[in-house]
Amino acid sequence: MIQAVFSHGGVIDPQTPIEDFWPFTILTIVKMVVVFTVYMVGVALLTFAERKISAWIQDRIGPNRVLWKGFGQVLADGVKNFMKEETYPEAAYKALFILAPMLAFVPAMVTWAVIPFASPLPTRWGLMSMAVADLPVGFLFTLAISSLGVYGIVLAGWSSNNKYALLGGLRSSAQMISYEIAMGMSTVCVLLLAGNVNLNSIVEQQATQGWNVVLLSVAFLVFFVATYAETNRLPFDMPEAESELIAGYHTEYSAMKFSMFPISEYANMVTASALTSLLFFGGWDIPFTTWDNVPPWTTLKTIVTLGVFAIKVIFFLFTFMWIRWTLPRFRYDQLMSLGWKVMLPAILAYVVIIAGTLLGLDAAGIARSSRAFTGILFGLNLACVGVLLFVLDRGRLLSPAQSRLKSAELSRLRQVASRSTLAPVTGD
Amino acid sequence: MHTDLPLLFTFHFYLFGVLAVASALLFVTRKSPVSAALWLVNVMFCLAAEYVMLDAHFVGVVQILVYAGAIMVVFVFVVMLLNLGHPSETSDFRSKGTRLAAGAVALLLAAEVLTLMRQPWPQLASPDVPDNVVRPVAQTLFTEYLLAFEVTSVLLLVAIIGAVTLAKRGTQG
Repeated sequence: MIQAVFSHGGVIDPQTPIEDFWPFTILTIVKMVVVFTVYMVGVALLTFAERKISAWIQDRIGPNRVLWKGFGQVLADGVKNFMKEETYPEAAYKALFILAPMLAFVPAMVTWAVIPFASPLPTRWGLMSMAVADLPVGFLFTLAISSLGVYGIVLAGWSSNNKYALLGGLRSSAQMISYEIAMGMSTVCVLLLAGNVNLNSIVEQQATQGWNVVLLSVAFLVFFVATYAETNRLPFDMPEAESELIAGYHTEYSAMKFSMFPISEYANMVTASALTSLLFFGGWDIPFTTWDNVPPWTTLKTIVTLGVFAIKVIFFLFTFMWIRWTLPRFRYDQLMSLGWKVMLPAILAYVVIIAGTLLGLDAAGIARSSRAFTGILFGLNLACVGVLLFVLDRGRLLSPAQSRLKSAELSRLRQVASRSTLAPVTGD
Repeated sequence: MHTDLPLLFTFHFYLFGVLAVASALLFVTRKSPVSAALWLVNVMFCLAAEYVMLDAHFVGVVQILVYAGAIMVVFVFVVMLLNLGHPSETSDFRSKGTRLAAGAVALLLAAEVLTLMRQPWPQLASPDVPDNVVRPVAQTLFTEYLLAFEVTSVLLLVAIIGAVTLAKRGTQG
């Protein structure tokens, strides 16, 4: 916290952390500016990516007019939003009405302060950690800050003084509280394995034991579903269900204030993707090699691991969009019962199973970094996922639609199909 | 008073202290319940900042996670659910006697703080930040204070059951 304000007399080893005050401060400021810029540009480009990907999924072309291949669309949208008139509803609580869009956006961005996005970089002043602030409580920090995201939406809904906006805000707070519990419980498993709340030590743990997605598959599934609910993305975008609530919590917003809500949604997506890859897909770790995890640290390692982390984050961002344009929206009661009656009991049972297994393995003297440890946990997870799918599915989702019909009914339908003129002509 | 700390540190420490007290005052004087709740969230943040500056990272983060992120969200949720939006409906009707009693308690607390400040403060935790900040807390919580911890969890369970019972009685009656 308090850095010593003196400089070294001798030569500094680039493999030890930076200790001097001024290099530390200046490099931290540089990191802040770089992360902020990349993040903002990335979020802006995501709005374009969403439109292009939705077009691709729906077999359209998408925006393709402004500048090269339509990439200028982002700029055009930005200019449009800034030029539009801002309206304030007469009955709105003005101070909170203005504050709400900012509160929605800031938490998503602040989370990035602790996310390590590459292996440490050696500089002439010492080893620079590739996270803006490598806090000892990094992981808890991300949980704490992400739990604040709900304020923006709730206050937007309340301060608009509009029934639809209020309903959207209420739905959102209920949804976020519900899924936060399941999300928190799923990360308990990660902490059980890592034994520390520092994000870099979670990356280290996955480098030695294997990625958490194979060691804690059920926790990953629950976390993955919960992030969709937390970011209000389809199939969980109840707070802004157009067919029921007009536009939900941002009904009364216009111009750039309205635009802040979609922007904060994309910002939340980036953060959620980064957390998913960090907690369950090894962060900046490259699989099947330890080259990137051991000193001496080099600039090449930093660049390669940064690329690996970026690929993982972009993949999850694509998944967010892919799912949005594939699945329909949940009904509100289904959403609540999935959160409370399926995910929470499942993850509670899973925490007990994992804790018991770890206790047993430690008692049996199997080292945590050994292949046997990884193998046993992987086998256990295969069984758990199998049981979970069997219980959840009950022959409805994974099995083909025709299995819902009785076999007699099915053969009758097939006969009808074969007799009709629409049936494909076979043979000559 | 410590004199060996950098000026920047001392300045920020007092800055957050002043902000916390100011926000707390605003919290008790605002008439709109939602604004009051938000000022309380601000108090939590300032306190968290103070904890972090005292190298108690874990307490600071838990302060935000539990109070600002969970308890206050539920408060705001309930305020919105009842739609206690209009200050005229929710203004304070407490008597002069209650206010005098509250003032007396505040004076008592201030006297207590002043007395405690004159005492030498016992050094409880080691001054350097350990590698794993959760371990020291967990170690004492699950060995020395295990009974108290478990009793507290039973207490919370009782509260949950009580809430469910009250809600059930409401729907049947």
